[in-house]
Amino acid sequence: MGAVTVDNIVKFYGKKEARVTALQGLSFDVQKGELFGLIGPDGAGKTSLFRILTTLLLADAGTASVDGFDVVKDYKAIRNRVGYMPGRFSLYQDLSVRENLEFFATIFNTTIEENYELVKDIYSQIEPFRDRKAGKLSGGMKQKLALSCALIHRPSVLFLDEPTTGVDAVSRKEFWEMLAHLKQQGITILVSTPYMDEAARCDRVALMQEGKIMSVNTPAGIVNEFGRPLLAVKNTNMLQLLQAMKSCEGVEDAYPFGEYHHVVLKPGGEAAVKTILEQMKMPYEQHPVTPDVEDCFMALMRNKDGQ
Amino acid sequence: MRTLKFLLQKEFRQIFRNPAILRIIFVMPMIQLLILPLAADYEVKNIKLAVVDHDHSSYSRQLISKITASGYFKLDNYNGSYKEALQEVEKDHADLVLEIPDHFEKNLVKEDASTLFIAINAINGVKAGLGSAYLQSIIRDFNGQVREEWVQFPRFSPETQVMVTSSNWFNPMMNYRYFMVPGILVILVTLVGSFLASLNIVKEKEVGTIEQINVTPVRKYQFILGKLIPFWLLGLFVLTLGLGVARFAYGIIPAGSLFTIYVFAAVFLLAVLGLGLLVSTFCSTQQQAILISFFMMMVFILLGGLYTSIESMPEWAQWLTKINPVSYFIDVMRMVVLKGSGLADIKTHLLTVFGIAVLLNGWAVVSYRKRS
Repeated sequence: MGAVTVDNIVKFYGKKEARVTALQGLSFDVQKGELFGLIGPDGAGKTSLFRILTTLLLADAGTASVDGFDVVKDYKAIRNRVGYMPGRFSLYQDLSVRENLEFFATIFNTTIEENYELVKDIYSQIEPFRDRKAGKLSGGMKQKLALSCALIHRPSVLFLDEPTTGVDAVSRKEFWEMLAHLKQQGITILVSTPYMDEAARCDRVALMQEGKIMSVNTPAGIVNEFGRPLLAVKNTNMLQLLQAMKSCEGVEDAYPFGEYHHVVLKPGGEAAVKTILEQMKMPYEQHPVTPDVEDCFMALMRNKDGQ
Repeated sequence: MRTLKFLLQKEFRQIFRNPAILRIIFVMPMIQLLILPLAADYEVKNIKLAVVDHDHSSYSRQLISKITASGYFKLDNYNGSYKEALQEVEKDHADLVLEIPDHFEKNLVKEDASTLFIAINAINGVKAGLGSAYLQSIIRDFNGQVREEWVQFPRFSPETQVMVTSSNWFNPMMNYRYFMVPGILVILVTLVGSFLASLNIVKEKEVGTIEQINVTPVRKYQFILGKLIPFWLLGLFVLTLGLGVARFAYGIIPAGSLFTIYVFAAVFLLAVLGLGLLVSTFCSTQQQAILISFFMMMVFILLGGLYTSIESMPEWAQWLTKINPVSYFIDVMRMVVLKGSGLADIKTHLLTVFGIAVLLNGWAVVSYRKRS
């Protein structure tokens, strides 16, 4: 039995005529003590799934369990043992840092002292501001406070909904280090993010798109699934280059990727790409690259659209 | 219990940290109770009078000076003709035109009868009605004087007359403030009890904090009680403050016992808190809650018998006042403050409002969901 099991979960929004399917039959398992990432763009259904698992939303079909408890029948038990940090900062802005933490500790029938060990690393960073109102904290500090409040009752499963959205690069890095540390304490963590580069920090990831899971694997496994040669190309007219690459015979897909374009080659397509680059009579650069999660995501989306 | 204690502690912290709420609770009742009763004056004074006197006799002068001496009328102008006087009305310089015909005195003395013409600007119906009533009673009085002068003694009065003397019970001086202040106080208690509570809950929805509470083991009843109790106490506090203002600023000392008022207020607050709770379950933003509250407040005041008497409303409106908890409290306040009614006298009111409280709270609790 995993820490979280999701079996064929379906969720609709809206009335019959204008019905939108947010989740189209998802299934996956998360093992105890795993750091599991749900990766997908906005609107993929990540938040809906989290709200179902944290017993805030009822699914229209399918079953799910958290820590062995059914999300519908045993919702009371689940509420005692999960920590949830919503995407939007939702602590009391007019209470101070200390008061917020104290409040959430007491409504879980515990005290800050009892679980101080668990939140020490995170809370100690904001402790100097403990008498400041939560609404007056900076974005990074708000997030640390929210994480502390979600952890103060020592949950066995922690749900973090887009914790790094709108946070600067340094704070993001710090945040993932905190998660790695929490994982060592045996807490199962589900984290959702729209940033593909964060996938590499998870034990396993599920790539989500339009309410479906396209792939569940370790970050390395996902990259291995890619299985085709990938080139990074660059010259002085990037727009023209992209169009030329897309229309090239030996190319399966081409898309902008940072300062380069990534070109997915068909078997033996290398020569054709080279010819085009030569024909454009511009200084160019090209080298093979190892695909990362974003490349895999693009490929999976393309496959799905092609079907 | 422990959870509830902390929820209450949190709630009071937030309330006392919010300067806007503090102002509403402390300053608003004081100001409203000190200013509103002065403005909500039923007596009509300073009615502007235009006189067209064709007679120019001593009787017509006596009549006019009697009218202006009454204190209700302010003489605007003597006009040569009715047409001129009407123009004064059109310019809003006059509310009332009194035309005294030629030979007014002569007819009165010789023929024992004369006519007067009164024209009234009826745009403001209350002013027109009261103005004509005042004027008629002054003229009647004048009539009596004239008759006395011409009746020959020791002749008995040939007509029998009915004398009417009234005695104003419960409010002998007819001081309208005794009547208005308790009513306005009810509106204030309603405002604090119901609307602050619903805004508070909707704010948690809007900011998203309710989401965080919903994933905790906090029970539904704990959350609701945690919201109701603070505003119940605040409502009683505002009532106390208001009764204090009534006593020291207006000298209104309830004829009945304070205990009766507080017992009723405690039950009444339950009803309006239930309403606030119900509003909050149907609103997702504070703006919606404010607009709905505003609408309901208007209905409460206009169908509550504060300014207009319920007995003179059309029948359908009278039925609506029966489901308006505010109308019961206004009634009870006036009964206790002016008449000195006790618990036994307001038993029906109390039970009805208790019924409304159970109904509204029940409905609110059923429609409040921790998950969607």
